[in-house]
Amino acid sequence: MDRKDYKTGDALFSDVLVIGGGNAALCAAISAADAGCNVLMVEHAPKSLRGGNSQHTRNFRCMHEGPKGILAGDYTEEEYFEDLMRVTAGKTDPELARMTIRRSYDAYDWMTANGVRFQPSLGGTLSLSRTNAFFLGGGKALVNAYYNTAERKGVRIVYDAQAIELDIEAGEFKSAVVLCKGIRHEVHAKRLVVASGGFESNLEWLEEAWGPSARNFLIRGTQFNQGLMIKEFMRHRASIIGEPDQCHAVAIDGRAPKYDGGIVTRLDCVSFGIVVDKYCRRFYDEGEDFWPKRYAIWGRLIAQQPDQVGYVIIDSKAINDFMPSVFPPLEADSVEELATKLKLDPSALKQTITTFNAAIGDTPFDKDVLDGCGTTGLDVDKTNWARRIDTPPYYGYTLAPGITFTYMGVKVTDKAQVIFEETGPSNTIFAAGEIMAGNILGQGYLAGFGMAIGTVFGITAGQEAANGIH
Amino acid sequence: MESISILDVTQDARRNIEICNSCRYCEGFCAVFPAIESRRSFDRETIQYLSNLCHNCTGCYHACQYTTPHVFDMNVPQALTKVRQESYEEYVWPKALGKVFRKNGTVISMITALAFSLVMLCGLLYADAGSLFSVQQGPGAFYRIIPHGIMAGIAGIIFLFDILAIGLGVRNFWRAIGGRVSYLTNRDAMRSALHDAMTLKHLGSDGSGCNDEDSTFSNRRRRYHHLMMYGFLLCFAATSVATIYDYVFGWVAPYALTSLPVILGTAGGVGIIIGTAGLSWVKLRMHDGPSWKAVLGMDYAFLSLLFWVSLTGLVLLGLRDTSAMGVLLIVHLGVVAALFAVLPFSKFIHIFFRLGALLKYHNEK
Repeated sequence: MDRKDYKTGDALFSDVLVIGGGNAALCAAISAADAGCNVLMVEHAPKSLRGGNSQHTRNFRCMHEGPKGILAGDYTEEEYFEDLMRVTAGKTDPELARMTIRRSYDAYDWMTANGVRFQPSLGGTLSLSRTNAFFLGGGKALVNAYYNTAERKGVRIVYDAQAIELDIEAGEFKSAVVLCKGIRHEVHAKRLVVASGGFESNLEWLEEAWGPSARNFLIRGTQFNQGLMIKEFMRHRASIIGEPDQCHAVAIDGRAPKYDGGIVTRLDCVSFGIVVDKYCRRFYDEGEDFWPKRYAIWGRLIAQQPDQVGYVIIDSKAINDFMPSVFPPLEADSVEELATKLKLDPSALKQTITTFNAAIGDTPFDKDVLDGCGTTGLDVDKTNWARRIDTPPYYGYTLAPGITFTYMGVKVTDKAQVIFEETGPSNTIFAAGEIMAGNILGQGYLAGFGMAIGTVFGITAGQEAANGIH
Repeated sequence: MESISILDVTQDARRNIEICNSCRYCEGFCAVFPAIESRRSFDRETIQYLSNLCHNCTGCYHACQYTTPHVFDMNVPQALTKVRQESYEEYVWPKALGKVFRKNGTVISMITALAFSLVMLCGLLYADAGSLFSVQQGPGAFYRIIPHGIMAGIAGIIFLFDILAIGLGVRNFWRAIGGRVSYLTNRDAMRSALHDAMTLKHLGSDGSGCNDEDSTFSNRRRRYHHLMMYGFLLCFAATSVATIYDYVFGWVAPYALTSLPVILGTAGGVGIIIGTAGLSWVKLRMHDGPSWKAVLGMDYAFLSLLFWVSLTGLVLLGLRDTSAMGVLLIVHLGVVAALFAVLPFSKFIHIFFRLGALLKYHNEK
């Protein structure tokens, strides 16, 4: 057999080049391989950290008229669309949104056929059992299944391979430069699918957008979403949607690791206690609404406080009212002692809590409804679930802003073609996943919708890229 | 000397479990996760219970977003394997022999050699050289090598000791994990526990299988284990039938090839040979991440004993009408004696620890 003697740094060739290694990239690679293409996938992360933010996901929002797999009842296109309009306040492309919603139905079967397994909705997520299909084992299990399927279907996967440059002429793909384990390779392909995520792991870029406070942000997902491809698209004058300071940020445990803290760093106790800044001042109504409806605003709230830090204080009455936290709370028998442990001013915290306790009326507490058990007469009143913080031991957690994803990306067509300012939709360059999700999810958050966009647009991008090659 | 908590095996398992409890993505994999989610704090005995509920399918390792190189370094299957190993050591009867689980492979090899030598000695003492190396056929052929009384006596003593030791050990474990008498009489729970055990539900009996080599799923572990387990049960049935033949009907072994004990034993033996060889092969290929090599000694020791018992049994069956029978019988009985001598101190007891954990799970569900 005639075997080529490769040289270090050789150019690489394939029909379709997929940049990225998460859900959308895998869906694109698999669907392009299904269409008979020779596919090369370059994943920035090493194998042990593959899968981007998809490894931290847990479900997929799926339209269905009638029971579907593990999903009961129905979730119509209209209801799905209304949910989306509500969270985005209309900041969406309705055609792309409806296309995503409609295709999410068939995507369920496509996912199953490619190895994804579902499980009934997790304990404590009953509200999602009709709308969201949970992955058995979570997003990393999904990613593993897709990698195994992709390999079986002949997709060539290179890990530790960071795409750093795109050569684009008149809106069409020429070649890319990829650093494979640090060695520079040119990659030539007939079609390009970019599914390389957002830029939330690029701390310098976050700092440009947010100022020095960005240094205190924690990144809930992968460290590999550096946004280099967004910068390349900007350089080549692709149509950009969204602003760099837009990101989905939630309040998470301040002790979480810088990257990849994922789901377990969330803290669900804010609505059962009070939150103060570093000067022991309350600054927002902790009981405005149920936590799942409010946690997303708290990331931004904490980001606006001095040193981007908050402290949530509860007492022993509340400790079993929320999901167990991964880091144990700081615990003390008096408010002053807790303040000392949290490095807060003891008398200031005592004062805040005393004032708070005194402002609570006598409406009964009920954590399962908006109980109206609130305070009156404070600068910042708490409107629900206000209980006196008076039963030791007292518990405290620090809160930090945790960035989940960014919204800025490239504008695409319903065929996942990237749109360039001068030349319009590209015939050779496609985008899927977080890098284009902002077309549809212009702001806000809808559980499992990112995975729906990634899956639908991933499959579409792979199919469209394959079109016309053979 | 005070130990360091972060170096403690149980504490590391607790840390893993607490992270699971705030994640819950693996809820649908097996019984361990629902059992975790019904609690907020985990004492040592609860963790021992969870460790025996775990069937080491390793699904949660491959699905975990927090495995190394993540700073959390999650490894639930391995953490629970370590605790499970300790639970054998802690609850085995007699307690003084608990440490045999630490160097189980070595200990079992030594006991095997000893048991083997004793049987050999019996053969040499009781069989004359003429009958040992000549063709022996017809009823009582085996007993001309080793007399019936000696064979039955030694087997009986070992067997009674096994029942006593395993029974007391399992009782220790059952009490520690909070098992109740009422749990034993709950027929629905008992049926569910036995169903899970007999189908190996937690190695993916719904057809999906489990992970071994990597993140792909396969049914081979479950199938090999079935061959071994049902093979063992067939062999046990063969021995029981033969005992009834002997003591009730007075029919003396060896029995015809078409007799029930021989048919059951042959089918069982073939199952054990394929099953144990297959499991050994799968264990060799297990992913390095979740597996814990220190238990391989225990696993291989028991698999090897079962394998050799079956192989020597089948060879004995095949050659029982030749002059090799005498030596083969001694070899076979030597391995059988070794297997039963080590039974309460071997991997065998996982059957009862797991069943106990499953029974508790189904009662508390």
